[in-house]
Amino acid sequence: MLGRLKQKLIHTRTTFEEKFDELLKSGKNREEILDQLTETLILADVGIHTTEKIIHSLREKSKKGDSIPQLQKLLYQEIYNILSPHSSSPNINHSSAVLMAVGVNGGGKTTSLAKLGYHYQMEGKSLMMVAADTYRAAAQEQLSLWGHKLNIPVIKGQYGADPASVIYDALHSFKSRNYDLLLVDTAGRIHTNVNLMNELEKIRRVTSKEISGAPHEVLLILDASIGQNALVQAKEFLKFSGLTGIFLTKLDGTAKGGSVISIADELKLPIKFIGVGEEEKDMMRFDPKEFANALLS
Amino acid sequence: MLQQLSNRLQKTLKYLRGEGKITEKNMTEALRMMRMAFLEADVNYRVVKDFEKRIKEKALHREVLESLTAAQQVIKIIREELTSILGKESQELKFTSPPPSVFMLVGLQGSGKTTTCGKLARWVLNSQKKPLMVSFDLKRPAAQDQLKMITQQLNIPFYEFSKKQLGSPRKALQDVVEYSKKKGFDPCIVDTAGRLHVDEELMKELRMTKDVLNPSEVMYVGDAMTGQDAVKSAQLFEEKVGLTSVILTKLDGDARGGAALSVVSVLGKPIKFVGTGEKFDKFEAFHPERMASRILGMGDMLSLIEKAEQKADMKETEELARNLRKQEFNLQDFKKQLGQFKKMGSLSQFMSMLPQGGPFKNLNKVNIDDKKVFHYEAIINSMTIKERINPKIINGRRRLRIARGSGRPVFEVNQLLKQYFEMKKMMKKSNFQKLISSFPSSH
Repeated sequence: MLGRLKQKLIHTRTTFEEKFDELLKSGKNREEILDQLTETLILADVGIHTTEKIIHSLREKSKKGDSIPQLQKLLYQEIYNILSPHSSSPNINHSSAVLMAVGVNGGGKTTSLAKLGYHYQMEGKSLMMVAADTYRAAAQEQLSLWGHKLNIPVIKGQYGADPASVIYDALHSFKSRNYDLLLVDTAGRIHTNVNLMNELEKIRRVTSKEISGAPHEVLLILDASIGQNALVQAKEFLKFSGLTGIFLTKLDGTAKGGSVISIADELKLPIKFIGVGEEEKDMMRFDPKEFANALLS
Repeated sequence: MLQQLSNRLQKTLKYLRGEGKITEKNMTEALRMMRMAFLEADVNYRVVKDFEKRIKEKALHREVLESLTAAQQVIKIIREELTSILGKESQELKFTSPPPSVFMLVGLQGSGKTTTCGKLARWVLNSQKKPLMVSFDLKRPAAQDQLKMITQQLNIPFYEFSKKQLGSPRKALQDVVEYSKKKGFDPCIVDTAGRLHVDEELMKELRMTKDVLNPSEVMYVGDAMTGQDAVKSAQLFEEKVGLTSVILTKLDGDARGGAALSVVSVLGKPIKFVGTGEKFDKFEAFHPERMASRILGMGDMLSLIEKAEQKADMKETEELARNLRKQEFNLQDFKKQLGQFKKMGSLSQFMSMLPQGGPFKNLNKVNIDDKKVFHYEAIINSMTIKERINPKIINGRRRLRIARGSGRPVFEVNQLLKQYFEMKKMMKKSNFQKLISSFPSSH
């Protein structure tokens, strides 16, 4: 599994190593190296605040004559330290667990949910999915197609119906069938739309009324190419839907998803999964070591 | 829209204004502030560096340094640089003659291509065109369905490929052109497959599509929320497919929009449209110079006036302006005004176009919920005419009655009244009166 991420990120890695080689040969001093590292972090979407924080701490911890490999190792450690305390496993290991995917439009919610479905199916869980996106054209069909492909039952509602009511129905049939896991696909929403965010709160309320403690997992599906808006998104979704973690998608592109570092740093939210392709199997558990490596190498 | 960047930049400008004389030192500080603002708005690191360098070169010139209004000069330089990146004039869509013209939309997965196709079709409908919509996505499930549903909502013809046709894609595309020619469709708007751009297969598919269709517009649809990577993906599309222009989506909400600056400065292709919401009418032609003003907090009165002209009832507006001049603004007027706002689109959109200084100084602090317009209307509707004309008489009991009648809580009634009185106070100020009297009126 880990080899794949490495392989997919190989092209970004070479360029970085080349750059370091250059630095190594030119024998630049620490400040220049730190400048270069700042640029690397910012280009990876880590964000100016978190970047400055990291670089500041690097400056404190390093000595003036430190070489590039030493600084590099320190930087790796910094990033690892931010990410590692928050990498808990998903909390769905009991009967009738509910996992909900939320996020802005176009983040890859439906595909990610299908991947999760495939993953847990492989683990031997019985599960079903509910398409609570009653707004976007053909959203329900998209999940149905996945359900068909993976042989997972999908519950749909009418277009324009109240998503909470669709989920209510789904919860009932979920309980009566005694399945292990229900995956809820919600409509994409911009986090500044108060009404749609309130709708999420309602969905949550309805769910917890039917199954106590549910939803057990609420994952924010976050596109790795999103920049500094990611933190704001996470904040808002946390407020309204009680996020339990992040599912970082589209990491197989050239974007590095560095924005999750600020999310882990400021919101203490764990990153749980990463998506690295369009197929159902293109998903992995998040590994802070691998991620820090891929970001810097 | 771009609120954050705008706020930060204005801080920089304010700092400069306070300094009076430009020195190397305070210029460095100002540039640092500017750099932070841009980076926080997700403008690409290299674009920022470049921008900074150019501003510095121009600003540290002797004429600027020695001029009495140095800060103003620097602001002017920043503005000019911004406009020169964003482009000078807004650009129209390119049609071919003889028809049909083909517009091809390309972009990454999840950037909003399909929705944008619908918006674009609706846009050209307004200029008496007869669009046909096509979805050419050989791989993603439900892509054809999604566009088809959109065309049904908009009542625009949709060309559906059969499974058999997609077996020989080249021929399928030629069929579309033939079909458009025969039926007189123009333009033919083609939605293409979206994928992560590392996919060479997709690029091949897009190149082939472009070769066969010979489109007059190849529009890159980019998500305004994209971070540093925005440049890379746009560049790849330009390299591998070749683009003519850019459409920026999801510019509503609190998108940083730095991607706009980065993409345009790297590609050198104009942004033609921006998408500002999920609904199909949330689509605007892009005006670079106005965007620059908006970013620098000088407002976008032109767009506002255009919009007002399009949607507002001139007679009502003039009457309103007359009342404003006479400072006889009552709740009746307020209600009319709300009605006008409603016609012009959302209130928050409206506010974002106002300049942030002068009489509008404290407006940007007001948190606007678009539903509120409806609620306020309901509240005013529950008042008697007498109350509307002379709101001072609305006491506690009346407030309770109004709240019951409108189905809104009492505190909202209080809120409305408070806001009304504040507005009225503001209108008495002389600079507002000056502004009002500068509005043109026909007698």
